[in-house]
Parts: sequence; structure tokens; C-alpha cells
Amino acid sequence: MTPSTPATAATAPAPPANRATSGDVARVSRARRRERSRAIVVTAGLAAAVTAVLLAALAVGDFRIGIPDLLARLVGQQVGELQPRIDYVLFDLRLPRAVTGLLVGVAFGLAGSLFQRLLRNPLASPDVLGISAGASAAAVLAIVAFGASGFAVSAGAFTGAVAASALIYALAWQRGISGYRLVLIGIGVNAALLSAVSFLMTRADMTDAQQALLWRTGSLYDSSWDEVAALLGCLVVLVPTALLLARALPRLQLGDDSARGLGLPVERTRLALLLVATGLIGVGTAAAGPVAFVAFLSGPIASRLLGGARPGTVPAALVGALVTLSSDFVAQHLFGDQQFPVGVVTGAVGAPYLLWLLAKSNRAGRGE
Amino acid sequence: MRKPLGIGACLAVAAVLSLAVGTKDIPVTTVFDALTAFDPGQVDHLIVTERRVPRTLAGLLVGAALGLAGTLIQGVTRNPLADPGIFGVNAGAALFVVVGIAVFGVTSLTGYVWFGFAGAATASAVVYVIGSLGRGGASPLKLALTGAALTAALSSLQSAVLLTDPATHDRFRFWQVGTLAGRDPEIVEQALPFLAAGIVGALLLGKVLNGLSLGDDVARSFGQNTTTDRVCCGLAVVVLAGAATALAGPITFLGLAVPHLARMVAGPDYRRILPLSMLIGPVLLVLADVLGRVVARPGEVQAGVVTALLGAPVLVVLVRRRKLARL
Repeated sequence: MTPSTPATAATAPAPPANRATSGDVARVSRARRRERSRAIVVTAGLAAAVTAVLLAALAVGDFRIGIPDLLARLVGQQVGELQPRIDYVLFDLRLPRAVTGLLVGVAFGLAGSLFQRLLRNPLASPDVLGISAGASAAAVLAIVAFGASGFAVSAGAFTGAVAASALIYALAWQRGISGYRLVLIGIGVNAALLSAVSFLMTRADMTDAQQALLWRTGSLYDSSWDEVAALLGCLVVLVPTALLLARALPRLQLGDDSARGLGLPVERTRLALLLVATGLIGVGTAAAGPVAFVAFLSGPIASRLLGGARPGTVPAALVGALVTLSSDFVAQHLFGDQQFPVGVVTGAVGAPYLLWLLAKSNRAGRGE
Repeated sequence: MRKPLGIGACLAVAAVLSLAVGTKDIPVTTVFDALTAFDPGQVDHLIVTERRVPRTLAGLLVGAALGLAGTLIQGVTRNPLADPGIFGVNAGAALFVVVGIAVFGVTSLTGYVWFGFAGAATASAVVYVIGSLGRGGASPLKLALTGAALTAALSSLQSAVLLTDPATHDRFRFWQVGTLAGRDPEIVEQALPFLAAGIVGALLLGKVLNGLSLGDDVARSFGQNTTTDRVCCGLAVVVLAGAATALAGPITFLGLAVPHLARMVAGPDYRRILPLSMLIGPVLLVLADVLGRVVARPGEVQAGVVTALLGAPVLVVLVRRRKLARL
């Protein structure tokens, strides 16, 4: 619905019989306008916050870069005799890490909110459904059994996420997919895969085991421009597709029958959405490991910020980026000499929130 | 009477296999010699008495405990998908063991027992309380999601500790996997009082579960106090699952599968399901352990891994079956 339609209806001289209706229309249109302007404000605010944290991540560290110098170098201006050092720290160390964090956060936030809305359950995030566990199992297998590192681990993680997701979908298929079956089977697959991971961990030597644990926690430690390029290449395809497909979500959320009545090819849309969401998780996990709870947190935080009935996809992606970047900032700088991988901070923040959400959604009767 | 006898025979076969099969296969006759006419000079006899008897005993006890715990938890929640492992009990025990190793410097299995026990108890209480909030009580989906979510939450706390402390991680990863190997008689003894109390208590709860399975209203009309009943069952589950996890580490899916098998054999009467679960649990666990020793020779796959990989398909079948949520 375009904003002009209700507005003209409200201002046009209405026949007396319709006066009450036109007042209602005006109220609805006001509410919609309020909702829309709140969405714009929230999105803009989130974008600003992401930019701020991004700049902080680039500026702060053992070698501080002043904001004027930082901005000047980012747009390619000369900054004097410190330039070689600034360039090295900025372009070789901090920028790839920050950009990876940004992109991974976008991927996880988007994918998480797609899963949650698709399965109509705020707890149904890839952390719980066995998709992250699939990525972990494959990556740990690559590290422990084949001594892999770098790209091979990433490729393994992506394959694992996609394979786990395909397995869950195939097992849950029974003349169509029900969210109930998908979630429960996902939980079963999750448990089996985690047990496979612990088996692999006993087969590893100490160093590999520690490396595998680090990977499983999720970190941005070895981000490079190559990785950023690969990530960006995938996201350029996946993110617009996801945003496009997400437009069907409100109809899908009405229930299968109503959605079908509205002319939506239900199974095909759902499969496409699951594919895109899995792709996003796979790509993000390949780059940084399964950063705990980012996918889980972003959707609920975004809809809380938006306040209205419609949860936004873009805000969820931005929340994902914000959570990842600020958690990495905290993990890097706020523990003194001890540096943690980003997954430890997102886990520590996410866990209490998760428990609170569990208690709350169960009490409201929505956890069923 | 024939069916329990048949299962008893299976149990005996499983136990003998567990004594005979391993990295070094020992003939059954030698196994009997070792048990009846022990000769300390013979290596085979020593293997049987020192290694395999404690291991088999541990398997029997843990299997009985998990089988009963699964039946109780399914009966009391009227939830066919309930399993101590899926409910986050393992993750709770794991986190407490990590803390035990890292903070309190515990190094032996005997020390892990108490931490595992406390963690399992805490986690199952949390999951049950959170999962049964709200409308509809403890529904299968709510409990399973709560358990899975709590597992995710606890394991990320756990990795925060482990990442800063590689030595702890090195110890912990061998506990984490769930195995019957290397359980000294001493540890079995330590867990025995808890297991015995839990098993006896669970066996007495058959009538209570029968009442609860008719629904709270009917149970109350029989004069049952449903709250007390639930608390008793919950206590038994915590003691059984906690002691079993403390003894063997996390073992998933056994508690899920056993009650279904027992119900298939015994019908709907919990006074018969419970003793059968106590027999079927050890059969499955000991066989899983034997299987794990055979498939990857000369190494072995831990029993916890075998039950998880074989048990996940059971869950899938149960979920796909129609009218699942009625128990």
C-alpha cells in the first residue's frame, strides 16, 4: 500500500455515511506512517552505530590512529610521515578483520531472522537446529583428521552446513515440511553431530584440539583480504536474494493454507528461503566459525527496536553486524592483555538473554 | 514371564561379549576360568578381572540408570521425546566438570563425579522449570528446545574457560565424549549408593506413573497428590541421570530409545515398563560399548558416540510417526 492512498482518503470530503470509516482509515494510516518512520529511524540509527563501531575498531589498538588521519587514509589522502605505519596497521591488519566482522554479522543476522520467522519460533536459530553443528563437525574433521587450515577448513565448514541442512530437510519432509518436525529433527541431528565432534576431539593431538576449539568458538583472528573478497562475492548474491524472498514471509506466517490461498507457492518459497538462509550461515561460518548466538540474537533485538508487529530483515542484518563488531571490540580490548575470540563474548551475552527469552516466550505460550 | 526372561538372556549375552571382546579377544572359556578359577599369572585373566569386569559393571549400572531415567522423564512429562541427554543434563554436567578441573584443580575421575552430579542436577531442574512454564505445561517441543538452547548457552561458557586454559581442555575432552573405558572399581563404588537408591526408588514409582499417565485430573481423583508425585519422579531422574553422567560422561539418546522398546514389549503398564527398562538399558549400552570396541580396531569408538549415532535415527523415526505427542 502506498502512503498516498490512505492520505487522500482521509482528506477527501467523504459522504456522511462513511465518516466513521474514513476516521478509521486515517487512524490506520497514521499508525502505519508512525511504524514506517520508526523503521526508518531505527535502520538509520543502527547504520550509524555500525559505522561508529567500525571506525572505533579501525582506530583503537596498540597503535592508535587519530580519526582525522583514519578518514583521510580511507578516502586516499596523504597524511604525512606516519603514513607507512598507518597504512600497514589499517589496511593489512584492522580493515580486513573489521570488514569480515561486518559481513559475517550481516550474514548471521539475516539468516537467523529468516530461520526464526520461517519456523515461527524465536528459539529456532541455526545454533540450535544442527546447522552450525554440521559446519563444526566438518571443520573439526578437516582440522583433526587432515591437518587442514585456512581455506580448506572454510570449504569444509560451508559443505558441512549445507549438508546438515539438507539432511534435516530431507528427514523432516513428509508430504511437505512442518516447522515442528524440522525443529525436533534438527535438535536430534545437532546432538548426534556434537557427539561426533567430541569424538574427533579425543582423536586430536593437543594443538589441533585447541585450534579446533578456537575455530568452534568463532573468531576473526585470521581475516585477510582474500577471505573478505570471497565473502563479499557470496554475499553480493545471497543478501539481495534473501531480501527479495523475505517479502513473502508475512504471507507465509499466516499459515500454509492462507498463504496458498493468497497464491503463494508455499513449499517452493520455503525451500528457497531455507536455501538462502543456509547459504548465508555456511558462508559466515566458513569465514569466522560459528560465532555463537549472533544468528539467534539479531532477529529478536531488531523486532524489539522496531516495536511494531512486523520484524524487519534489514534491521536484523544490521543488528547482526553491530553485535559482531562490538563483541569483537570488547573481546580484543576490554580484558587487558588477555584477548578472547569474538564467540566468547557473544556467547556470554547471548546465553543469559536466551534463558530469559525461553522463560518469557514459554510463559506467553509461544514456545510450543 | 517369557519376555523378561528373554531380555535377561540378552543381558547375559551382552555381558559375556563385553568380557570377551576387545582389542585382545579372549575365548569365552578363558573368561569363565578367570571368573571362577582366577590365576594372577595369566595375562588374559588379568585383562578380564582388572579391565573388563569393572567396565562391564559400569555399563550395566549406567545403562540401567539411564533406561530408568528416560522412562521416568517420559512418563512424568508425558512426552515421548524426553531424554536426559537432549534436556541439557549433559551440558550442565560438562560445565561443572570444566569448572572443577579449571578452578578447583580436580584431576581424577573420582573428583569429577561430584561436579558432574551437581551440574546434571542443576541443569535438569532449570530445563524442567523453564520448559514447563506457560500454557500446555512441558510440551515435547518446548522441553527439547529449552534443552538444546541451554546446551548451546552452557557450552559457550564452557569454551570460554577452556580457551584460556589448554591444560584443562586436554583433560576435559576425554571426559566429554562419554565412555565406559578406564572406570576403576573405586569410581563404580563411589557412584553405587546413588545408583542403587535411584534404581530402587524408580522401581517403586510404577503405580504413580500409571496414575499420572491418565492425566492430572484422573490421578487426583484416585487420591494421588500430583505435585508430590512429580517431585519424587524428578528427584529420581536427577539422581539416576546425575550419577550415570558422573560415572560415564555424557551419553545421549539411550534414555530416549529404551522406554519405547520397553513399551513395545510390556504395553502401557508402568509397573512392568520400569523393570523392563532397567534390563533393556544395560543391554543396549553394553552392546554399544562392545560395538565401539570392534569397529575401529585397534582403537575404539566410545560408547557415548555409538549411542548418539545409533540413537539419532530413533529420534527421527519417532518424530516422523503420527500422533507422536500423545503419551
